[in-house]
Amino acid sequence: MNCDLKEICKDIRCDIMTCIGHLGVGHIGGCLSLAELLAVLYFAEMNIDPAEPKKAGRDRLVCSKGHAGPAVYATLANRGYFDKKELLTLNQGGTHLPSHCDMNLTTGIDMTTGSLGQGFSCAVGVALGSKLEKDGATIFTIIGDGESQEGQIWEAAMFAAAKKLDNLIGFTDYNKLQIDGSVAEVNDIAPLADKWAAFGWNVIDVADGNDVEQVQKAVREAKANRGSGKPTMVILNTLKGCGVQWIVDLGAGNHNCPVSEEQAEAAIHEIRGE
Amino acid sequence: MEMRAVYAECLAEMMEKDRHVCVLDADLSKASGTRKLYERFPEQMFDCGVAEANMASIAAGLSSYGFKPWIESFTPFATRRICDQIAISISYAKQNVKVVGTDPGISAELNGGTHMSMEDIGVLRSVPGVVIFEPVDEVQLRAAMPVLNEYYGCVYVRLFRKQLPTVFGEDYTFDLFKADTLREGKDLSIFVSGFLTKDALEVADQLAAEGISCDVINVHTIKPIDKETVLASARKTGAVLTIENHNVIGGLHSAVLEALAAEKIPACAVGVQDRFGEVAKMPYLRKVMGLTVEDMVAAAKKAVSLK
Repeated sequence: MNCDLKEICKDIRCDIMTCIGHLGVGHIGGCLSLAELLAVLYFAEMNIDPAEPKKAGRDRLVCSKGHAGPAVYATLANRGYFDKKELLTLNQGGTHLPSHCDMNLTTGIDMTTGSLGQGFSCAVGVALGSKLEKDGATIFTIIGDGESQEGQIWEAAMFAAAKKLDNLIGFTDYNKLQIDGSVAEVNDIAPLADKWAAFGWNVIDVADGNDVEQVQKAVREAKANRGSGKPTMVILNTLKGCGVQWIVDLGAGNHNCPVSEEQAEAAIHEIRGE
Repeated sequence: MEMRAVYAECLAEMMEKDRHVCVLDADLSKASGTRKLYERFPEQMFDCGVAEANMASIAAGLSSYGFKPWIESFTPFATRRICDQIAISISYAKQNVKVVGTDPGISAELNGGTHMSMEDIGVLRSVPGVVIFEPVDEVQLRAAMPVLNEYYGCVYVRLFRKQLPTVFGEDYTFDLFKADTLREGKDLSIFVSGFLTKDALEVADQLAAEGISCDVINVHTIKPIDKETVLASARKTGAVLTIENHNVIGGLHSAVLEALAAEKIPACAVGVQDRFGEVAKMPYLRKVMGLTVEDMVAAAKKAVSLK
């Protein structure tokens, strides 16, 4: 797809602000940190067709950090899966866009997630399914750094390597913050790259996970690992709240916080550089 | 034939016919009787190792890809240990996964209290969308397996592993959502699940000799319970006895009483009295848990006396 990924990132961030601002509260920090990855995947690297969201053999994304639902919805809407107006229904009664990703409610969502750790295992199951079907799909999955404290992540990591699932590409949104504080202070997951390597994964460490070129280069490198017999983990060193300074400044407080419509509007100007 | 052998045979038939049927283990394939299937179906059998949570969610992922996974482990590890994975990855996500727990209740015998699940039905009965099925004998299990496989959704199968006496005849037809009336009477309704069904028939025989006639109804599917059959029988006899190899809290007794909540019908329970299991062979365990035929007869008489 021919497009300016940096502009797409701005669109995604603005739509995240709009829908969470409209609602008044949301998981804003960990949504904003993912814009570059989602833009790269949905607008450049994934084999998908919004007109045929359930097409057999398509690439899939499992957002295991399910609370980043609004970021995925903003991306899907921009990519044409559904009308952007629907973003304003986020978390309203009867919505198709719940706080956490739901494959049975939202067009384009490939797996229901929200109970941390589980989506990653589901993605491993999806990757195994794709291998068995020999359909050539690539399965992408995003986990949080706090989520990486879940034991199930490492159960799945071990299994994916043992089964040589080189069609599986994981991303860690390593923004270094979780609800109760910094990841390092709460229960440190470092050295993260060493852990994944020790579990038998290819590891790609991206210095700036909010730099679209670095992210795209990493995704392409990860895709080229097919045939290596190993799944790949891309560690994205990101900034929680990236794009809106006052949200970044909240630190761990930006995991789930109030956002007024006025704040959202100001944030959109900031994102657009106006 | 051992129940696990029947189970494995049925799985093999299903896998032979449909390459999307697959089985996931958590290092207990020998106990579940499915070890031999690994050679025959290498692309349909997956051992996840000792990692039940991962097994359950992987199954959900496979289901989302059009596969029909069965996951298996000992009863406590297939239920209470992975309740959240069954709830969210499988049932909430509307995935098609069969969960098989072997060695229910006191049948865990020498593995003892840690492996003796008295609460598995209660745990999963409170998760929306989960169907709970407990077979009585190999005839019922054989009839049920293809039905369970074709049913889209989450079914928990509470599987006794070893050989069991036969209760059903070869002409048996299985309906997943219909309880089986084995004996008809007018004084007491006995609702029973699992391997104790054979004993419930003996109880009915003993009571018949004393002039008390009983309905004996096998509730093989504890959720959703066949409310129509339960209500019709209880209203007819006016007294109820439930018999189960499970805590009386959360299992068959609770399910039957929920169905009868608006009725004024006395009910007694034979089951585990809200306690953990302990290590021993079945005869000892039946005694200490109050699950002997004598316990059942006494409870039956009490239920009738409360009318």
